[in-house]
Amino acid sequence: MILPAVFLLQPASHSLAELRRAINNRTGRKDRHTLKELALHILDVAENGISAGADRLKIIVDENRAANRLVLTIEDNGHGMPADIAFRAADPFFTTRTTRRVGLGLSLLENAARRCNGEMTISSETGRGSRVTATFAHDHIDRAPLGDMAATLIALIAGYPDVALTFNHNIDGHEFIVDTMAIKKRFGNRPITDPEVWTYFMALLEPDKGNVNHGENDH
Amino acid sequence: MAKMTIDDLKKIKEKTAGETALRHGVATVKITVHIGTCGIAAGARDVMGALMDEMTQTERTDIRAMASPCLGMCGSEPNVTVEVEGAEPIVYQQMDADKMRQVFRRHVLEGEVQTDFAVARIPE
Repeated sequence: MILPAVFLLQPASHSLAELRRAINNRTGRKDRHTLKELALHILDVAENGISAGADRLKIIVDENRAANRLVLTIEDNGHGMPADIAFRAADPFFTTRTTRRVGLGLSLLENAARRCNGEMTISSETGRGSRVTATFAHDHIDRAPLGDMAATLIALIAGYPDVALTFNHNIDGHEFIVDTMAIKKRFGNRPITDPEVWTYFMALLEPDKGNVNHGENDH
Repeated sequence: MAKMTIDDLKKIKEKTAGETALRHGVATVKITVHIGTCGIAAGARDVMGALMDEMTQTERTDIRAMASPCLGMCGSEPNVTVEVEGAEPIVYQQMDADKMRQVFRRHVLEGEVQTDFAVARIPE
């Protein structure tokens, strides 16, 4: 978003939060400048992978409360990045896109992880794909809830029907897995909005629904 | 594996042709939800959810939903592009679940462009 020039004249002591409020007041919009669910970060990183030509995506959410750790991993088989670009990918003022000069997605995730005593790492290789990993202290007050993972999966499956997607949710050793190839095998190329496919998919996601709301911060 | 007969091959051909025809079935409406970081932060996932909900409730099979990256108009996200065959694509801005339902029912199903939320008409 392009800030009106008046914001650039604000005293430097203004915090980012104040600036954000000022923008929201002016634009009449709610505070939408952070991603409030980890599931939204996942959607965002997955979308990067698909934009990079991936047709295979692997999403892993690993929650280990005994070790007080939550790890997100998003892997794609897109065209990847050379090391120097991967190194700069989390810099908000670096982007390879030409439509504008900022790229916020990964920098938001990196900030979210760091705020929760974690970190984000990107490993990538040209032609092989990328892997983004973000760790969080599970009980950290600032850790966003995992949120609506079902909605994220639906958006990805609906938006990119040709991408093979696996979602693996591991909670203290209990594993929940969704593999869209299983849906493909069963229903061929019928779209997710086909009532029969839709019902099947909703039933597939059902067992994980109780799981996403159990953390102290998940409310 | 048993030896394949000509009939087996014919069956495979028919099956594949059927599936391909389905995949490339006649789509007369394409609805694109733009889900870049900006769109996601502004609620594009809810918009996609509402669209899915509407689509499961229609009998029409010629409507396709898809996602695409940022359109470059981050200030007006979530953006949704509706392309009806034979008409210019319409870009809707600052969408939410309710507006998406309205656009689906009025524009997609009944052909009435919702000019209140439309930001642009893209000339072909």
